[in-house]
Amino acid sequence: MFPMKWKVIEKSKLPVLMAELAKENEVFAPVKEKSIVSFERISSENQAYLDFRNTKKPPKEVFFPQTETLFTYRTDKKNVEVLEDPAVKGKRVLLGVRPCDARSFALLDKFFSSGEDKDVYYLEKRKNTTIVGLACNAPLSTCFCTSMGGNPFGKEGMDLLLQDINDQYLIETVTERGEELIKKFPWLKDAEKADIERAKKLSEDAEKAVKSKVSVKNVSEKLDRMFDDPMWDQIYQRCLGCGVCTFLCPTCCCFDILDEETEEVKRVRIWDSCQFSCFTLQGSGHNPRPSGKERMRQRIMHKFNYFVKNYGESFCVGCGRCVRECPVNLDIREVVGAISTRQVE
Amino acid sequence: MNNPYVPNLVVIRNITTENEANDIKTFELVFKEPEAMKNFRYRCGQFAEISFFGAGECPIGIASSPMDEDCIQFTVKKVGVVTTALHNSEEGTIMGVRGPYGNGFPMEKMEGRNVVIVGGGFAFTTLRSLTKFILHEANRDKFKDVTVIYGARDPGELIYKYDLEAWGKRDDINLNVTIDRAVPGWTGLVGFVPAILKEVAPSSDNAIAIVCGPPIMIKFTMPVINELDFSPEDVFLSLEMRMKCGIGKCGRCNIGNKFVCKDGPVFAYKELEMMPKEY
Repeated sequence: MFPMKWKVIEKSKLPVLMAELAKENEVFAPVKEKSIVSFERISSENQAYLDFRNTKKPPKEVFFPQTETLFTYRTDKKNVEVLEDPAVKGKRVLLGVRPCDARSFALLDKFFSSGEDKDVYYLEKRKNTTIVGLACNAPLSTCFCTSMGGNPFGKEGMDLLLQDINDQYLIETVTERGEELIKKFPWLKDAEKADIERAKKLSEDAEKAVKSKVSVKNVSEKLDRMFDDPMWDQIYQRCLGCGVCTFLCPTCCCFDILDEETEEVKRVRIWDSCQFSCFTLQGSGHNPRPSGKERMRQRIMHKFNYFVKNYGESFCVGCGRCVRECPVNLDIREVVGAISTRQVE
Repeated sequence: MNNPYVPNLVVIRNITTENEANDIKTFELVFKEPEAMKNFRYRCGQFAEISFFGAGECPIGIASSPMDEDCIQFTVKKVGVVTTALHNSEEGTIMGVRGPYGNGFPMEKMEGRNVVIVGGGFAFTTLRSLTKFILHEANRDKFKDVTVIYGARDPGELIYKYDLEAWGKRDDINLNVTIDRAVPGWTGLVGFVPAILKEVAPSSDNAIAIVCGPPIMIKFTMPVINELDFSPEDVFLSLEMRMKCGIGKCGRCNIGNKFVCKDGPVFAYKELEMMPKEY
């Protein structure tokens, strides 16, 4: 193990740190444009904005872009030349990730690295990226990370954790990779005992501030016996099938693959959603998930049963985006709550 | 890291039209790199993602037998963007193939036993691979009696007529080819696959059954299989699902926590009984 290290940085010095980071890395951080905060590549025009509760879109795009070229190819009738996409080789820093979203990377890592055929596009980018988290002092009313095994000051999936202690950030080193990065900034001051204690107090307060509790105990086991439960006939009825819950989910990562002809011919993958009717529509016209009922069941089952069976954890981090952004106020916390109290044979 | 999404290049060597409707064709493909052919070692019942550059990719069951050493074959029905582009192509066109994917049929389990193969319609492709493999002179002794029941809507829709003709002349296979309704000139069996299966009534004694066909055929075939007293662990079904990646990542072909692309497409009936009925 490496020695635990605590550093502090004045908030006013953060742009200096970012500028230095940008010399050797592509830096991604939350950027505010109009009222929307989202993760963008940082440049002189695009400055990091860390005074947010959580971003509208999760940071998964940095590793799993909404549209991603797998390879390009030149083709004439009798010949095809496949040019593999130069997957990102340079170093990256992803800064300002909330603990719920950082946990999503720990889950996505498990998924994309599983099996014989690994997802090189996700893994290569992930391998080259240092993740600097940002603890939550003020969780939202829709947050339920503590029910899902997370914490507003949680460190899982991060290399470094920034904690906002008034006019300074306390920097906690989580991994060796984080330590490597910190070493490059010898001008950072060591933290005082009072700084660490202040952060500890904020952490305790933040944990208490996550008022929303969801009981996931036994939910996976219950779902084993609930595939044909009449509950599914009810809960999907107001769902519009828009798929926003899956697009904004930090762990949802289903995709489609298709060929795109612009100036070049490219094979691309794009985000897809289990909430769309054509997701499982077969060439014959048969669709194993013909209505919103089966599609909502799939989403819930995948997160709270199938993923648990395959990887030992729920595929939800409790960020609450699907709750906040659903146009018809469907609330995954209520669904999971209803499952946990459901009487099943 | 090996990139599983990049296909190997292949050339279409031969195209055979399989049915009267002219919407099912068999494509015989040869790898551009001989090394790639060697690395493409597959089992009966597996599939591959085939690329038509500019149109995209789709998963297709491998119709050739692993004993065919110099090429691979795919029988493709024209239904969507990729398959239509493929149907409109000519011999000599360059395509892509990646795979093989999926588990394939349980060949080891079938050795030393009687094999009952039940197929309907265009789903007969991987069953043809299986039948060809078993009937190969190097393999035939490893298996006992082979019974094949294969049905199509009408004679024009039967695929692999050249194989059916050759198999019909052999005495080491009990071949039963049927069509749904009688038509002038047809002297063979008439009736749906489940009814013919009931008539032929192959013994379940020391036997394994492999079933593949459209959902409606499966629905009526399984009760007959049960009546014939096959044990659920000796009956295998090859399932159809919409797929994109073939490697368990794109997220659409799951039945419960299993992915048809990597945990299937072949499942024992016993396994299916414990899985959600969502296929």
